[in-house]
Amino acid sequence: MMAAQVITPIGVGDVVSKAGQAKKDGYRLVQIGCTKIGDDFEIIYVYDKDFTLLSYRITVKEDVVIPSISSEYFGAFVYENEIHDLYGLHVSGINIDFKGTFYKTAIKHPFNVTITKEGDSCQNK
Amino acid sequence: MSKQITVPFGPQHPVLPEPLHLDLVLEDETVVDVIPSIGYVHRGLEKLVEKREYTEYVFIAERICGICSFIHSQTYVQGIEQIMGLEVPERATYLRTIWGEYSRLHSHLLWLGLFADSMGFESVFMNAWRLREHILDDLEATTGGRVIQGVCKVGGVRKDITPEKLDEMLKGLRGMEHELNDLTNVFLNDSSMKHRLRGVGVLKKEDAYVLGAVGPTARGSGLAIDIRSTGYGALGKINFKPVVEYDGDCYARCAVRAKEMFTSIDIIEQCIKKIPDGPVDMKVTGAPDGEYFSRTEQPRGEVIHYIKGNGKKNLVRHRVRTPTFTNIPPLVTLLKGVDLADVPVVVLSIDPCIGCAER
Amino acid sequence: MTLFENTKIVISSLFTRPATLMYPAKPAKKTANTRGHVTINPAGCITCRTCQRKCPTQAINVDVKEKTWEIDNMRCVVCAVCVDTCPTTCLTMDNQYRPAMTARGGIEKVTVAGPKKKEPAAAPANGAKPAEKKE
Repeated sequence: MMAAQVITPIGVGDVVSKAGQAKKDGYRLVQIGCTKIGDDFEIIYVYDKDFTLLSYRITVKEDVVIPSISSEYFGAFVYENEIHDLYGLHVSGINIDFKGTFYKTAIKHPFNVTITKEGDSCQNK
Repeated sequence: MSKQITVPFGPQHPVLPEPLHLDLVLEDETVVDVIPSIGYVHRGLEKLVEKREYTEYVFIAERICGICSFIHSQTYVQGIEQIMGLEVPERATYLRTIWGEYSRLHSHLLWLGLFADSMGFESVFMNAWRLREHILDDLEATTGGRVIQGVCKVGGVRKDITPEKLDEMLKGLRGMEHELNDLTNVFLNDSSMKHRLRGVGVLKKEDAYVLGAVGPTARGSGLAIDIRSTGYGALGKINFKPVVEYDGDCYARCAVRAKEMFTSIDIIEQCIKKIPDGPVDMKVTGAPDGEYFSRTEQPRGEVIHYIKGNGKKNLVRHRVRTPTFTNIPPLVTLLKGVDLADVPVVVLSIDPCIGCAER
Repeated sequence: MTLFENTKIVISSLFTRPATLMYPAKPAKKTANTRGHVTINPAGCITCRTCQRKCPTQAINVDVKEKTWEIDNMRCVVCAVCVDTCPTTCLTMDNQYRPAMTARGGIEKVTVAGPKKKEPAAAPANGAKPAEKKE
């Protein structure tokens, strides 16, 4: 069994300063991931140093603009574009902003909606 | 200053097995800027957790990638087991490690073949894939599938390997070793290979770290990032050292993969010697309630499965951060300054797996 | 000599038999464990629908009233979960791969025996229930 993981909740305003602090402390960016829970969106920033994770969680509503950390970590643009394309959240100030063309999906913001397919004989009944 | 032109590279290109598009901004023959774009094969597999039970989802997690399939399912079930607090039988963890290293061997052989192919070295390509066939045969005989093994499940594994088969596998690997030596010798010592790879697409150590490079891309630049060091599965009881090269060029990344195959064989040998007897699975009841970042080392680097459950049969979120996805920013950096003719080799040197990257 | 490192392998390959199989003239390799396709023994099926519920791709459809067992081969990913969970072991995994399909379809429908008759002349829908409780 591995050690328990702690995710520290922070405010939207602290995202960039915490990223800057992590970079100063010698952490590398591991991932940024978004989860939709009800109407809220949880975004988790994960950093790593010597196989120890440092995680911050922000909880936002759909209309909140999230500041980009790509000024601190160049590689953050892939995650931030992904969050924008899959969930429709707005991230401001990305260094390479694809403006919604990172993923080419038939349905806009596919992870923000739930579509139930019906009329197929082999679906779970 | 000369005029800049933009050359599209991909999504269909002879060197790319999967669709990746790069807009290369050229000044004469030199690449000065790169804009990557993916999204041609996005399948939205992560969304399926809402419709499938967490035990069924193992098979979907496995199908994220056709090459590192086993390790994806291993990562997923390890995350679930961690949340539910399950102690998996020890024999199952050893078997998972053996199959994991087998899939690393087959992935590296596949990549070495493709890499030779990208340089037009077709006979090496054929030879690497011939050797890979032995690995796939062993995987098929023990699990039932060549590339999609389907043997991991929550609480253990679905198939056991008999001691006789384990001995036979070990003998097979030992017999293969001199052939692998011959193969890696071509990559490491042939002067035309060296000519093609040395000093091409250099990624500095500091850049690799800040940009989040993982796997052989990071280890080729002198970073010892190997999640196997954390000792997941049975790896905590195995002695091994991550392979690290310091030059950061295509040759170093190639050398890391070539040498890692022997590390894998060594790990499999230690596992087969130490594997305890006992059951391979356990009964699982209930559903996961909690969240966890499950990390393992894939052939291409560190993979992260974020799993969040709320005590129901269906998970709330399963988010996969695959190694290729985080290797895209380093790729952008290391393509700057290379010649147009070197771009295919440099792109392949990070071992891009776009099916993985887009899920 | 570092110029022709691969020559040794190439020359030895010249004088050995091909590593490839002449498929389909020679049959493809398979092992006892190979997952080829799912087969059913219609006499053993009790229409308990365990396979339908456990199937990750929802390829199996069991009709309790009509006593039919249906598999969509285009959906089936041959994971063998149905074989593992079948309470009467009437499902088995054949190690022969299915031939490639050139047209849509691939749905196989089999009429099965249905639940064991404990109460004679009972409707099949009622008879299916005890079988479900068993697992």
